[in-house]
Amino acid sequence: MRLALFITCFNDTLFPETGASVVRVLRRLGHEVEFPYDQVCCGQMHFNSGYRRDAVPLVRSFVEAFEGYDAVIVPSGSCTAMVREHSATVARTAGGTLPEGVARVAPKVYELSEFLVDVLGVTDVGAYFPHSVAYHPTCHSLRMLRVGDRPTRLLRAVRGLTLVDLPRAEECCGFGGTFAVKNAPTSAAMGDDKVSAVLESGAQVLCAGDNSCLTHIGGLVSRQHAGVRVLHLADILARTDALPDVPVYRPGLPGASDLVVGHAPGPEATR
Amino acid sequence: MTAAVRREPTFVGMPPFPEAAEAELANPVQRANLRAATHTIRAKRDAVVAELPDWELLRRAGEAIKDDVLARLPGLLEHLEAAVRAAGGVVHWARDAAEANAIVVDIVRAEGVDEVVKVKSMATEEIELNNALAEAGIHAWETDLAQLIVQLGDDLPSHIVVPAIHRNRAQIREIFVREMGRVGRPAPERLSDEPAALAAAARLHLREKFLRAKVAVSGANFAIADTGTVCVVESEGNGRMCLTLPETLITVLGVEKLLPTWGDLEVFLQLLPRSATGERMNPYTSMWTGITPGDGPREFHLILLDNGRSDVLSDPVGRQALRCIRCAACLNVCPVYERTGGHAYGSVYPGPIGAILTPQLRGIARHPVDAQTASLPFASSLCGACFDACPVRIDIPEVLVHLRAQVVDGGRGPHDRAEDAGMKTLRWMFEKPWRIGFAQHVAGVGAHFVRHGVIGRVPLPKRVSGPVGAWFADRDAPAPPAESFRSWYKRTEGGREL
Repeated sequence: MRLALFITCFNDTLFPETGASVVRVLRRLGHEVEFPYDQVCCGQMHFNSGYRRDAVPLVRSFVEAFEGYDAVIVPSGSCTAMVREHSATVARTAGGTLPEGVARVAPKVYELSEFLVDVLGVTDVGAYFPHSVAYHPTCHSLRMLRVGDRPTRLLRAVRGLTLVDLPRAEECCGFGGTFAVKNAPTSAAMGDDKVSAVLESGAQVLCAGDNSCLTHIGGLVSRQHAGVRVLHLADILARTDALPDVPVYRPGLPGASDLVVGHAPGPEATR
Repeated sequence: MTAAVRREPTFVGMPPFPEAAEAELANPVQRANLRAATHTIRAKRDAVVAELPDWELLRRAGEAIKDDVLARLPGLLEHLEAAVRAAGGVVHWARDAAEANAIVVDIVRAEGVDEVVKVKSMATEEIELNNALAEAGIHAWETDLAQLIVQLGDDLPSHIVVPAIHRNRAQIREIFVREMGRVGRPAPERLSDEPAALAAAARLHLREKFLRAKVAVSGANFAIADTGTVCVVESEGNGRMCLTLPETLITVLGVEKLLPTWGDLEVFLQLLPRSATGERMNPYTSMWTGITPGDGPREFHLILLDNGRSDVLSDPVGRQALRCIRCAACLNVCPVYERTGGHAYGSVYPGPIGAILTPQLRGIARHPVDAQTASLPFASSLCGACFDACPVRIDIPEVLVHLRAQVVDGGRGPHDRAEDAGMKTLRWMFEKPWRIGFAQHVAGVGAHFVRHGVIGRVPLPKRVSGPVGAWFADRDAPAPPAESFRSWYKRTEGGREL
């Protein structure tokens, strides 16, 4: 099985650690993956913002980059949903051979938890993470991909991890791509309620499968000094006994560098 | 009647959604009222929906019946017209609000009266019938409890099923005490804010209007083409009073409200009450066919209202909005509506369905629209909760994105040059991987100067427009890392050091 990584432009640029975590987890499970350098962006931001024609070249380059692979693994529910559910619409706008290209490639694209649970048939990835975690199901993975309990099954199998209930978990955090800036006060109001729910849950860490939503929630957490860390699912699944701690970089935010190995600092340390 | 005929406020001139929403967000009482009410209805709906093992099949059936109606609408409408006429009713066709209003005013004038009672109706709200009647010197008395609260409070409705959802009982009591006496029977002395007391006050206030009225105006939830039967579904009985007591009944019907046969009602009378109020069945379902000598109104006028619906029908993606049965389930689950309230949408149709229906009725597919209309398709985080809740499976997120493309690509909204330039730049950058690599490198170098890896409060003037100012008003952001994933992967040959 020839596996490719689609790390998404957002993760590539802002959260390279999440990409590295995906590589770590897959390698631990005995799978080699390739990162086609020609990949760029799924076109979601353009498509969702109404710039449908500008999404065409992006969808085309996605098809070209990932044609020939048996599976494409994506650490993002919303980018997976874009490719699987919407790139056909973009391709129809473009015509030519693009619709067939999308039809060939799109069904082979999997969100990380789908790939682990459905394709590899694994729920225990050998991770160790001794912290209490609340899981936020992001809207696209929840309602478009219907990933269901796959992420929480993966989290429950992590040794040392305590999964706590997140109140009103299925409610949108308010990110919504350009919604976050076009309707910023509304977006922040929704996010504030999500932060309150996380604090109510008592979790040390908020986990989700989309760094974009986590950037929004984490940005509010950081501004409010709420003392909760947000972390991508892949970054938790990548932790092991040898590498037990939360990567600590930007306070309250998932991130990439300055990985600290050792004891988990209290919330004060992140201020 | 001594009170002068009052014009009611309208949504005309409302600012675009982001601006209106900001004002609504600053009203904590309203936010608390909306949150409590929507969460209550949501829970009730979930419970009664869960009782039905075939809910998904019912949704599919509702979708299929409505799609069939839309596919052969002209023929079905003529069928309805013939059936209503055969049963002794009068049928009028109205292309737009002005025509519909003129027809109603003419009928009321011909009866020689200066007042009508009304059962709550979205269609008459849409055409602002009350103001057209006011201009003609005719009082329109709303008899639905929530609609009465809105009317007495000189307010605008904020929800499709519960127009006064933004008010709590203390506010309602205050409105009753202050306003009832000005337009009829005053509120009882020492009125408390107990729901039962408020309902009793409304009942007494409305009774004299019901008993006096010669003309009533209604909307309709369904009209059955086969028999010419019109149907109103309601909870209070005020609708039935309006439909049965007056001598003349005028019904304004959006043309999409048709059902082919009585059999189709079976599906919708299961879908609608559960979705709207979380009830297995609503308390009052009234149906009438033309006129019946010696029983009920002596005259029945049915006004078939287009008002943009034909144009909505011509859009293959957007037309699914015409399946809507006005249950407001989408509003009750919408996180944006919950926080911003119904008025921010600048239309009688608020929430997710309003965000797709209003721009289409205002003609967004055909001509440039104002900034308020153009802002509506963007008033959503595309979370998709509305689609899951919709009993007729309107894919609201799909239509939202479709309408955004009409605004942006079709140049139908006010042009946002900064956003346009940003999107084009990003597309240009994404077209060649080396360009994004270069940009990541520049960002990584720049981030060197950021302390602790967080970009916090950016020292921008208070009212910086554009996405940067908007993001940083309430949120921090991570500084870009020194190395992107693609450079890391290249440098470590695919993470060989792992």
